[in-house]
This record gives sequence, C-alpha cells and structure tokens, in this order.
Amino acid sequence: MQVDLRILRFDPERDAAPHWESYRVEADPMDRVLNLLTVVKAEQDGTLTFRRSCAHGVCGSDAMLINGRNRLACKIRVDQLGRKIAVAPLTGLPVVKDLVVDMDGFFAKYRSVMPFLIADTPAPERERLQSQADRARYDDTTKCILCAACTTACPSFWAQPGYVGPAAIVNAHRFIFDTRDDAGDERLEILADKDGVWRCRTIFNCVDACPRGINITRAILEVSRAVVERSV
Amino acid sequence: MRIDHDALVIGAGGAGLWAALELARAGVSTGVLTKLYPTRSHTGAAQGGVCAALGNQEEDHWEWHMFDTVKGGDYLVDQDAAEVLAREAVETVIELEHMGLPFNRTPDGKIDQRRFGGHTRNFGEGPVKRSCFAADRTGHMILQTLYQNCIKAGVRFYDEYHVVDLIFEGGDGGDGGRAAGVIAYRIGDGELHTFGAKAVLLATGGNGRMFAITSNAHSLTGDGMALVYRHGIPLEDMEFYQFHPTGLYGLGILLSEAARGEGGTLLNGDGERFMSRYAPKLMELAPRDMVSRAIYLEIRDGRGAGPKKDYVYLDVRHLGRAVIEEKLPDITDFARVYLGVEPLKEPVPIVPTAHYAMGGIPTDLRAQVVRDEANTVVPGLFAAGEAACVSVHGANRLGTNSLVDLLVFGRRAGREMAAYCRSAEAPSIPAGVEEPVRSELEALRTRPEGESPAVLKAELATLMMDNVGVFRTAAMMAAAVAGVAALKERYARVRVSDTGRVFNTDLLEARELGYLLEGAEAMATSAQARKESRGAHSRDDYPERDDVNFLAHTLAYRGEAGPSLRYKPVTITRFEPKPRTY
Repeated sequence: MQVDLRILRFDPERDAAPHWESYRVEADPMDRVLNLLTVVKAEQDGTLTFRRSCAHGVCGSDAMLINGRNRLACKIRVDQLGRKIAVAPLTGLPVVKDLVVDMDGFFAKYRSVMPFLIADTPAPERERLQSQADRARYDDTTKCILCAACTTACPSFWAQPGYVGPAAIVNAHRFIFDTRDDAGDERLEILADKDGVWRCRTIFNCVDACPRGINITRAILEVSRAVVERSV
Repeated sequence: MRIDHDALVIGAGGAGLWAALELARAGVSTGVLTKLYPTRSHTGAAQGGVCAALGNQEEDHWEWHMFDTVKGGDYLVDQDAAEVLAREAVETVIELEHMGLPFNRTPDGKIDQRRFGGHTRNFGEGPVKRSCFAADRTGHMILQTLYQNCIKAGVRFYDEYHVVDLIFEGGDGGDGGRAAGVIAYRIGDGELHTFGAKAVLLATGGNGRMFAITSNAHSLTGDGMALVYRHGIPLEDMEFYQFHPTGLYGLGILLSEAARGEGGTLLNGDGERFMSRYAPKLMELAPRDMVSRAIYLEIRDGRGAGPKKDYVYLDVRHLGRAVIEEKLPDITDFARVYLGVEPLKEPVPIVPTAHYAMGGIPTDLRAQVVRDEANTVVPGLFAAGEAACVSVHGANRLGTNSLVDLLVFGRRAGREMAAYCRSAEAPSIPAGVEEPVRSELEALRTRPEGESPAVLKAELATLMMDNVGVFRTAAMMAAAVAGVAALKERYARVRVSDTGRVFNTDLLEARELGYLLEGAEAMATSAQARKESRGAHSRDDYPERDDVNFLAHTLAYRGEAGPSLRYKPVTITRFEPKPRTY
C-alpha cells in the first residue's frame, strides 16, 4: 500500500523554523513507522535524522509524536495508523534536528529523584529476601525504558517545564515501594516539592503514551498518597 | 578539544557499566563514552536470565555450570576462563541483587531460577534450574540497575560520543604500543574530541548487523573489534557466530529461550516435536547451535510450516495464561505486535536469527587485550562483554552466559584497570593525533559523488546471511570472502548525502558500515580456513569435529591483501574433549 508520510523537518544549519515535508512510501500494513523512516532515509533523503537502536520496543530511542500521539516508531504499525501518517518530534524538549530532541533535561529530572536502591543495613552474604507479594508491589514501574513518551505527552509538563514529570515519578515509585529500600522519605520529600507530584492533573495522557503499558497515573497517585501519609 | 581521565570505558552496556562502577568505587577518574544513551544499550534486550549455581530451587554446583559451558562450546572454551565464569557468576548475581535488581522470587523469598538450554545437573544428566531472572526482561533490569548504581557513584558519562579511533603510544597496538586514549566524534555537533587515559576498556558489543535477519540493535556494528583490528591486533574465533533458534519469522526479533525453559515446545509443519530426532534427552533445551541446525534441516527436508514451508513453530499454548503473563510477558507482546499472532491461542512462526559473536577481541583472564598466540598483553587496553573473546563461549555460547560473561569480566576489567591506573604513568599524546581520522571523516562527508552506503550495507547483510549462516560450504565461504573484498573496495568510494555537522547519522552509519566490513572479512576468512564442524561452525564438506588439527583458536590479523591467520592453543584443565551429545 502507498502511505503519505509527512515529517516535521528541522535542520539548524539550514532552516529558520521547522517545516513539514511529504514523502510517498510503499509499505506493508505490518510495517512499523521506523521501517518507513528507514526507507525514506535510504532511498529518498539521507539527511532525514532520527534516533533508533533495538527496533523492537525495548531500548526507548525512537519515541516521537505520530498522528498526534506519542509512540515508539518501532512499535506502531502502519495498519494501526492508516494511509496518512504524520511524524513530529516529542513536544516540550528542544529539537536538535528533525526528530531528534535534546534528552539531557529529561535525564536530569530522572536523576533528581535518586533512582537507585539505598539500603541502610549491611548487605548479607546471600540475597536479601523479598516475598513474591512485595516484589509484585513495584513490578509495573520496573518496566520503564526512559523513552520520555509519557513526560512529553503531559500538558502539565508543557505548561510547567520545571515539573519533574511522569517518568521520574515512575522511577521514584519503583524504589519507594521496594521493601529493600530505606530512602523512601527522602524521595517523597523531593516529590512533595511544588514541581513534584502535585503538578499531575490526572489527564491520563501518560498512560496512553507509555509503550510498556505502565499504569503511570496509578503510580503517581500511589506516590501522592504516600506523600500525604508521610506529612500527617 | 582535549579531555583527560585515568580510565576510559567505551560502551555503556552491562560490561562497561560494571567496569565503570568498579573504577568509580576505587576513586579512579573515569569517563564512559557511548554512542547512545546508556539505557539504550543492547544488554537491555536480553530476556531470559543469568545463570549462576545458586541452588535456590534444586541442587547445583559451579563445577556443573563450568562443565556445561565447556561442553556447550564444543570444547573450544578456555577452561580456566570457564572456571572463573562459573565461580564468579554466583557472587556477581548476589551483588546485583544487593544493588537492587528486582529478580523474580521463590515462595520463600529467594531469587527464582528456571531451566535454560544446555544447563544441566551432574555433568549432563538432565536440565537444571540455574537461570536467575526478572520476568523476561532480565537484561533490561541488569542495564537499569547498573546505570542506577553508576549515577549513585557519580560516574561521568559522555552520552552520544561516537569513538572513531584508538590512540597508542610507543608503537601501534599490534606492535608493542600501549593504549593512550581514544578519539571521539560528538554526535550533537560533529566536533572531534581527544580523550587521553592510562587505561581504555572496549565494551562495544557485537556486530550482528552484518546479517540480514538478526536480533541485534542497529547500533551493533562491531566498532571496538574493527578498531583494534585496524591497529594490528587480531580478532579471535570470528567464524563462531551464534544463530538463535527462535527469531520471529521474517523479522529476527528474539523470542527468549526462556519460553522453552518454561516448557514451550518446537513443532514442524506436521505438528511434530522434531527435536526428539536430534537431542532425545534435552529436546528443546539442547544448545542453540544444535536447535538451529535442527530447524534448518526440518525446513530443508520439506517439513517446514506455512505457505512456503520456510519456518517452524514455537508453541507455548499449554503453559497457560498465568505462566505466560507472569514469566513471559514481553515476548508474547512481541508476537502480538510484530506478527499479529496471539501466543495464548496459536503457535508462533519462528526461524533462526543472527544473535551473538562468540569471537572478538582476544583477552586474558584479567580482561587485558592480548595480541598473539603467546598472549602478549597490549598494555592499558582492556576488553569485556560480547566485544571480547576470553574465551568462555568457545564454538557455541549457552543461553544466559552472555550476561554472565559481561558481569564477571566487566567487573574484573574495572578492578584490573583500577589497579593498573595506580601504577601506570599518564601517556603523552602528541598534538594533532586526531588529524588522520578527521581527514577520513571529512573525505566521507564531502565526497561529491559515489555509491550509497545503504545499498552496500544491504548487499553485505544478504551476502553474509546466505553464505556464512547456520550451514556453510566451501563454495559459500569462498563467495563470502570474495564478496566482502569487493564490497570493501566499493566502500572506499561511498558518498553520504548529509553534509551537515549537527547530528549527522548519515555520516556515522557510513562509518559503521566500514566496521561491519572489517568484522565480516575476519569472519568469512576464518570460517573458510576452519576445515571441520564444531559448535556454530557447521560445514557439509567437513561434517566432523577435528581435534587433531583444529582444537585451536583462530587469530585473524588484518592485512592489505586480506587477513592472515594464526592459531592459539585451547586451555584444557578439567574436562578432556569428548563427543558432544545431548
């Protein structure tokens, strides 16, 4: 089938502002958008620029705005989108070139929530024990691949760029609810800040955007509840 | 721009991150360079688990793991290295748990373990539960956990810096020189940076992108292997390349062996569990080389499935929803998303997919790069993970041992580098050392006309898939050697269409194609010369293993007229080579 592919292009060495370019691509309905971008780059315009690596939805390199929703280009198929496909960079992060955005600010927010296990007790000789129920408590938030699809789909983040954003809260959740971790209070204090969990307006864009199916809004609400319980 | 550290780690997958963590803990000034963001590294795609003889589910011993590794590698494994691997697997897995890795748990709260191909109890009696796992995203959790701990330790990262050359002092790498640093191209603005260091670790991963059907990420182009090869250091055992039995049909996306470890079966077009013909004892849990060959033979003999009879099935329907959703959620999602197949209701079409380089940069047990059959060390240069060949995988790697390898030898590399940095003096790097590579990149960027690298890359991928795959013949390998030489010749004249400096992926993909060609050359030439069948190297004109002539590691040295080959003895300590049946 023929697909009309529109891509928001921007080359800082040539362009004053982003502009749409159109391409016609022969595609199979099972092709992913990443296949289309690769074909355009190989056969029509080698200057088209995007990130990609694993190409099957686990590395998080190729999140972009596809027909108005944040998706991984390697995981969304042509048959889910139709013959007209529009691709733009993620919203709210500085565009470096074409579909490539500057991720440094995103990763700085991730680092700000102390995304690592802090255990006060000395490590035993063997593994720390954890029940299956305790392990299940934070399973959902271990799936995050830091693709930024959630944070850049969030209207609160667009309005308040200082907001730490759903992805960072998801990664804080992963440790706050891990029974082996002893630094939950410090993380909750960070997230009780004005740019923390209270910026969430439960719009659910993040849940729609997450390519890993994480129930992000629920994770944020669980963290919010923990912040409240801690302060009473 | 010039930047100095005591140690440099190239690549931020599992091996690089663990090495960086050790260096940071030792207080050594360290920079980690990656052409991606660290969490994009391909360690994150590993699924099924990491083997360690914890004995949490049933009796197990590291000696059994060592034996399985040696036998699985068809006795080409260096047994001193396999001993280190199996012993230290236990403490590295425990340390990962202490770092926070969310392993699945047994009912009594210990790390859960499951079966995996080629891993047995009591020296081959039957399958054993040895693979420690976090659902079917164990690699993702290893990568995340190590990155998290690097952040905690304050490791300095240089994200999206593409290493384009190595610097040696006092002679080339293959000629007595010592490592002195690297030259890196900052992807964001196209600037070249010279990094000086006493110790350099190459943890750059594999090169599966030279094959048309592969489980490998686009970034896996064998950069580290190609760079040492260009500096006179040989590549070891490159003819041994693993084809994983269960790649999604037509795509090559991996479906973990964990599916078979949990009880999934393989069916041919007649609905028959064909592994009974090839490995009656271990069945679907035989080592990967044997299962991939079995699939290939079923298809060749007309027992494939589908309209073209060119695939077989992985069947997990009988495992039930609970097991699938708790232990195999990601791979069932892959089948749904990429083939539109519902594994709860129908079997999944699969074919072998290019997966893992057993060979690579030769190293010793301390992760130091060695450059000849006498194991002469290249001072200051280290390698670990898939880029390296220590050799724990020999002629065929067992499932999960890639993760064990990168944990054990990544950790060793970091510790050895820290010790080396304490006594080594800082190198002196002459000004202008980056000029030759700058000229190469400028020539590539500004060449007014020439062939498209994308065309050459597609030709290379088809050439290697067709001729250096699961089964090989003399004629196929001759075609591969000649074909790669012709592509290298054409590569000298390729033209990129993006002439910009900001985020020029067109230029870097062309550069990476050059690395793939170096690896393909070493692979095809090494394969052609090995006149036996062993592990993943299987040829119809020499169907038997030949321990008299080929119980030896190949060393391929780059030469202008094609590679020259030398051989290095295999280290045998506990287990004499025996016929390999399962």
